Amino acid sequence: MIRINCPYCGERDHSEFSYGGDATINYPSLDASEKEWTEAIFFRKNIKGFQFETWHHSNGCRMWLVVERSTVTHEIKSVKPCHPNLQKVVENNK
Amino acid sequence: MKTRRLDNYGKINRDKILSFSWDKKNYKGFEGDTLASALLANNIGIVGRSFKYHRPRGIFSSGVEESGALVTIGSKDRRDPNVRATTQELYNGLEASGQNAFPNVNFDLAGINNYLGRFFAAGFYYKTFMGIPPFEWGRGTAIWMFFEKFIRKAAGMGSASGLPDPDSYEHAHDFCDLIVVGSGPSGVAAAIEAAEKKLDVILVEQDSLVGGDQLAENDFDNSQTKNQLENLGIKIMTRTTAFGLYDNCVVGLLERVTDHISSPNLNIPRQRFWTIRAKHIIVGAGAIERHIAFNNNDIPGVMTVNASKHYLNRYGVLSGKRIVIATNNDSVYETAQQLSEAGANVTVLDSRINFEIKTNKSFEIRKGYVPYNINGSKKIDSLDISKSENINKSETINCDQVLLSGGWSPAVHLLSHRGIRPKWDYSNACFLPSDTKENITLVGSARGLWNKNDCIASGIAGTTDALNRLGISKTNYFFPKPGGWKNPIQPLYEVKYKKSRSKSFVDYQHDVTTDDVRLAHREGFISVEHLKRYTTLGMANDQGKMGNIIGLSLMAELLNKEIPEVGTTVFRPPYTPVSIGALSGRNVGKHFRPLRVTPMHQWNIDHGAKMIEVGLYQRPWYYPKENETLNDSYIREASTVRKTVGICDVTSLGKIAIQGPDSTEFLNRIYSNGFSKLQVGKARYGIMLRDDGIVMDDGTSWRLAENEYFMTTSTSEAAKVMSWLEELLQTRWTDLNVNVTSVSEQWAGVSVAGPKSREVLNNCVDDSLDVSNNNLPFMGVTSTFLKGNIPCRIARISFSGELAFEVYVKSDFANTMMDLLWENAKKYDGCLYGLEALGTLRVEKGHVTAAELDGRVTIDDAGLSKMASTKKSYIGSAMRKRGVLKNNDREILVGFFPTNLKETFNAGTIVCEKNNIKGQGIGRITSVTYSPELGHWIGLGFVKGGLDKWKDTNLVGADPVRNKQMNLKVVSPHMIDPKGERMYA
Ligand SMILES: [Zn+2]
Repeated sequence: MIRINCPYCGERDHSEFSYGGDATINYPSLDASEKEWTEAIFFRKNIKGFQFETWHHSNGCRMWLVVERSTVTHEIKSVKPCHPNLQKVVENNK
Repeated sequence: MKTRRLDNYGKINRDKILSFSWDKKNYKGFEGDTLASALLANNIGIVGRSFKYHRPRGIFSSGVEESGALVTIGSKDRRDPNVRATTQELYNGLEASGQNAFPNVNFDLAGINNYLGRFFAAGFYYKTFMGIPPFEWGRGTAIWMFFEKFIRKAAGMGSASGLPDPDSYEHAHDFCDLIVVGSGPSGVAAAIEAAEKKLDVILVEQDSLVGGDQLAENDFDNSQTKNQLENLGIKIMTRTTAFGLYDNCVVGLLERVTDHISSPNLNIPRQRFWTIRAKHIIVGAGAIERHIAFNNNDIPGVMTVNASKHYLNRYGVLSGKRIVIATNNDSVYETAQQLSEAGANVTVLDSRINFEIKTNKSFEIRKGYVPYNINGSKKIDSLDISKSENINKSETINCDQVLLSGGWSPAVHLLSHRGIRPKWDYSNACFLPSDTKENITLVGSARGLWNKNDCIASGIAGTTDALNRLGISKTNYFFPKPGGWKNPIQPLYEVKYKKSRSKSFVDYQHDVTTDDVRLAHREGFISVEHLKRYTTLGMANDQGKMGNIIGLSLMAELLNKEIPEVGTTVFRPPYTPVSIGALSGRNVGKHFRPLRVTPMHQWNIDHGAKMIEVGLYQRPWYYPKENETLNDSYIREASTVRKTVGICDVTSLGKIAIQGPDSTEFLNRIYSNGFSKLQVGKARYGIMLRDDGIVMDDGTSWRLAENEYFMTTSTSEAAKVMSWLEELLQTRWTDLNVNVTSVSEQWAGVSVAGPKSREVLNNCVDDSLDVSNNNLPFMGVTSTFLKGNIPCRIARISFSGELAFEVYVKSDFANTMMDLLWENAKKYDGCLYGLEALGTLRVEKGHVTAAELDGRVTIDDAGLSKMASTKKSYIGSAMRKRGVLKNNDREILVGFFPTNLKETFNAGTIVCEKNNIKGQGIGRITSVTYSPELGHWIGLGFVKGGLDKWKDTNLVGADPVRNKQMNLKVVSPHMIDPKGERMYA
């Protein structure tokens, strides 16, 4: 079982979380072209090793998190809030 | 029949006699027996029949690796098939029976399969049913599916009762610093060392007693060990198997709580499924003795050497009188001596020629000899032996038992669960665990240590390793080197039979012979994973614990390779079988999934509602009067709404509070239609698209104040929409100052619909002016009070097409609101209506719900193009006209009438052109209802090209599943009041 260390709630089972997706996508502006949106929505890298992905603590604090996880070993290197302001709060509380 | 029990041996409690039955005959055993030891003591040799050939099978082992003595325990709804007799503790009244045999294991009619062996060789089923000549006529899966049930019956093991399980099961959780798996010398040493270093320790033992293999020593006192562990505060879990290791040091345990008790307290779960979250795992799971493949090596009376030691010293059972031990290593000599001291006539065949071993000379040692062939069918009559250097029958020894030890395989299974492949050790002829970066350490014979002192030292080293990895200490340590026998082992996996048609078993339980492995090789299945699947070697419920290495060595020999080059298959959880009951725990019956009820749930039931599940929610389905059927009831309810007024619980809709200065901008981005000009005190229907341009959900948003909205979503998409809004705000639009809160549970909602709905509300609100057409026009919103000073929110929203209102109060006031509304609705001959009538009303109006918005539908498909703003960009706007989504033959929302208005149809009906009734047709019907307003059945659905293309064409509704077909015509989805005059009234 993957255990994710939520910056707000502490270490919890992955069953409390919902997987989001690739955390490195920069979604284009709403008025961007169909081509740009197609790139952003449908094309994904198939990484072997560590990747940044979003997880939602849906059965916890409801925070969206960026999790740095190895697709090979499930090892998790870092967990941060997605929202930059929340990231700052977490940093300041360390 | 003479008992094999010895007076001065064993740790069984002879004061407690237990009676049990085997194949309906009664026998006696003692407390402390397993079913296997009690059967052996009673001289019962045949306990099962093999999987394919139905050969008689005896007891091969004394533990979890057992692949012969699989029996059925209990009867009726407590019948438990495929239980290992070697691990089943005996209790008073235990009922056990042999399986895979008719009429019984002693006389099995299907034993004829033994003589049809060549038809049952490896891959038989694949070849026959996947279409290799001469069975070409039976190609493919259809024929397999036809024959499968017969084959499964003939080749199955025990069968399940098919009745509901009367026992209860439980899920439990625990945390610890260190979990130690196995209570042999190494595990106990590790646990003690860790507890002394103040770690919080759980020690897991699959046996009923602690001690591991020491339980086979006549001078071992397990209670002393137990006390020592308990005094240190170690949590000991016996009868508990660590069946799997998972990420982040999570261990799955199965605790057998009452499987050893004759009449368990039903308030106690039968088994507990534990999830342990540890910081470090030490595995001292021991090693498993291997057998040797030679002809007829499966005849009852064949057993591992170590098993006979357990039966002798733990259970006081001498398993044979004239015993031949065949080995290639030193581990058997202590047992040989003890068996001969106990009165058996023992001969040891050792494949090695040059070695020294100290014994008391009470038994004969034949150096350089191996077993060649067993004579006998239901029991051993004699053993043909051969010189190890020149394989051929050299002489015959009369005996009644053959004990085997082909070496030992460390139990690396749990490490394998973590994807860590073991490495082959030539000098010890076994796979040893590899190192891992995870916090898992193997100790004892699980890392190839064969003597007790090394095991104890490795346990202490293992804990030091754990303390170092946890950052508690920084101490040097070393593990003893693998091995520990005086003389090296000589690899011996198979003694080749010189005659044809040998039955040298590699995997006893699945009847895989050495010939099967050779056949697989000849046919090209040379990868171990293919070998496994083609021959089913190692796929029985013992997972090849005894036979896997033999299979690998044979394949290595055939390929002219070494075992490490051939590799090993991956062991996956569970280590031993886990019952389905334990996996589901208490999540059965009503607790299969959570139940959600609205705050007026009881009120609804008290007022006659029949309920229906919608997702997790219980919602009123219909409110029958007297003898009304569902149809009678919903038709009456829907007619009443159109005629006067009806009240419907709509609490299950998702409700989200949206607050903050950027709320309007936020809504304007997520909805396809404009929200920037929505005034305070007004609501708007809106549609949300996904990024890819497909409709996600529809609902309403009410502007309560400048910076505050109340959003409703559909019942089915409520959770998804909430997560989606949070994702957007937290990951994409982090500059927006908006807060979203789910308030679904906080508000109780009803729809009051029908021409008299305003009158009803007039009587229920404090100030009747609030709901006048002026103050509350169509899509108007007001926050006011119901009589009795109950704060409420009312919006004039219509789903039914009638003049209608949605009223929300805090959940605590739900019943008061219902009483008030119902009392007043009755004055106008109103009704309570449920989901079925709600469906009727919305289908008549052509309103879409989840049945239509199924994740494949665009806003244009749903006929809602006017809801797609052209003046702004929003989520999905760039993609909603991409590629195939702009094709003009897409399926468009339409209404359907049966051509003959007396006919009915069902949702799921496929719409086809008249002379082309096949495949997916040109459309589908998604919702149907009887329309009281129109007086016949109507449907909503989709058809390629939409209304314009098919307006005047007769189409066919094909319903092959229900064997129905009727003529249809396509109409506008707005089947009544298309201009909406009623709801604006
Ligand atoms: Zn959290």
